[in-house]
Amino acid sequence: MMAMYSEKVMEHFKHPHNMGEMEDADAVGKKGNPACGDVMYVYLKIKDNVIVDIRFQTMGCAAAIATSSMITDLAKGKTLDEALKITKSDVAAELGGLPPLKMHCSNLAADALLDAIKNYREKKKAGAA
Amino acid sequence: MMEVYLDNGATTKVDPRAVDVMISFMLKDYGNPSSVHSLGQNAEEHLEKARETIALKVNAKRDEIIFTSGGTESDNLAIRGVAHKKGSGHIITSKIEHPAVLNTCKRLENEGFSVTYLGVDKEGFIDIKELEDAITDKTILISIMHVNNEIGVIQDLESIGRIAKEKGVIFHSDTVQSFTKVPIDVEKMNLSMASFASHKIHGPKGVGALYIKKGIGIDKLLYGGHQEKDLRPGTQNMPAIMGFAKAAELMTDDDLARMQKLRDRLAEGILDEVKDCFLNGSKDKRSVNNVNISFRYIEGESILLHLDMHGISVSTGSACSSQSLRPSHVLTALGLKAEEAHGSVRFTLSRFTTEAEIDHTIEAVRSVIPDLRKMSPLKKGMEDMKWDEVDHDHA
Repeated sequence: MMAMYSEKVMEHFKHPHNMGEMEDADAVGKKGNPACGDVMYVYLKIKDNVIVDIRFQTMGCAAAIATSSMITDLAKGKTLDEALKITKSDVAAELGGLPPLKMHCSNLAADALLDAIKNYREKKKAGAA
Repeated sequence: MMEVYLDNGATTKVDPRAVDVMISFMLKDYGNPSSVHSLGQNAEEHLEKARETIALKVNAKRDEIIFTSGGTESDNLAIRGVAHKKGSGHIITSKIEHPAVLNTCKRLENEGFSVTYLGVDKEGFIDIKELEDAITDKTILISIMHVNNEIGVIQDLESIGRIAKEKGVIFHSDTVQSFTKVPIDVEKMNLSMASFASHKIHGPKGVGALYIKKGIGIDKLLYGGHQEKDLRPGTQNMPAIMGFAKAAELMTDDDLARMQKLRDRLAEGILDEVKDCFLNGSKDKRSVNNVNISFRYIEGESILLHLDMHGISVSTGSACSSQSLRPSHVLTALGLKAEEAHGSVRFTLSRFTTEAEIDHTIEAVRSVIPDLRKMSPLKKGMEDMKWDEVDHDHA
């Protein structure tokens, strides 16, 4: 089982970064389905279009948790436009690769981040109107 | 760190006493039992003693046991053997069988046989009346496992055997998980065939046996010499067979009583203290070595890997640790939702399991589960989220 995952994946799985709920988040992104075994929530704190804080909560396998942890590292401090450019492949590459079987089903983090940013922009638009 | 192996349903440590026997059949008594000289005849004598040892464990006769390469081959030989002998017909099995039975039956469907897959109730039992009603004049075989490998539930083979006898249908059982742990009596259970595997009982891998009642005709799978009553050609794997027979002798009633006590200690130690979890399968009619628990709001592979960090080896019915990305077919047959199957963990004990190991495991589970739940959005998510479409075939 250990050989299935890279050292980097196991490191993030064992000690995830930016883990936990954010009570006063400006936006929340949600992806996955418990029936598939993976659900991710990503919470954003945004100031002047920059992600100043990001946290996650994930139910899922080691790959799901490691990709969640990694995306918080990648997105923190970035502008929303920069953050939108982070892809699933970027997340996997930063983790030293994922098992092929996990590439699609457990690599939700980029989608959840996208969902959070989309929700933020819609909320802002609605607020401005 | 304490190493705790609780995956004995997957495989077991070979008993050193079985290893000693095996070594002597490689270095000293290495003859081929088919050879006429003394070395060969010495091997033949031991082979027949081993056959007798296995037979006695299940109240069979010595010449009703043939040695195979393991549980999978025994299941294939039994089921395909009957099907091909009969040429056509109907087979009854259950939805919770081991893949060695399920996939053999699926293959036979492609070959023109019809198969009924009986469901189970929420405790894991087939309905005996439903089985009886499924029998037609075309039915050639009933194959129902004794102890389920995932949830440890013991089917009522005596009742099934009574019906099979009344209707004159051949009755096979995959008894791989029950052998030496739950009593098997081929006469009382009216079994026509039963499959055994060595590596689940502290014997070596790559060897098993099939009980075939005298008078039951089956076709063979392999062609070659006339070994094993002309049903299983190839020189017998003597070191492995001798190790298997030795291992079968070693389980005692005291071992079984101790395992059952430790099993209950483990189950209660978890179920009484950890919130939002439940036992899968019947509480009472289950193997002495199996505890299977679903933990809500978290996923099994994560639990497994966290327990592994505590030195504890277990397995899970989560899709995330399977090659198919589907949750356990056994747990879904019990009526569990996919997310409940994903959160399942199977602990399987052996006679080497100690009380200290069980207590270490209880303590680790009590710390790992809340930690993973802190990471999970699911408890809240269950209330407020509309989920994405389920797409099990997305890989």
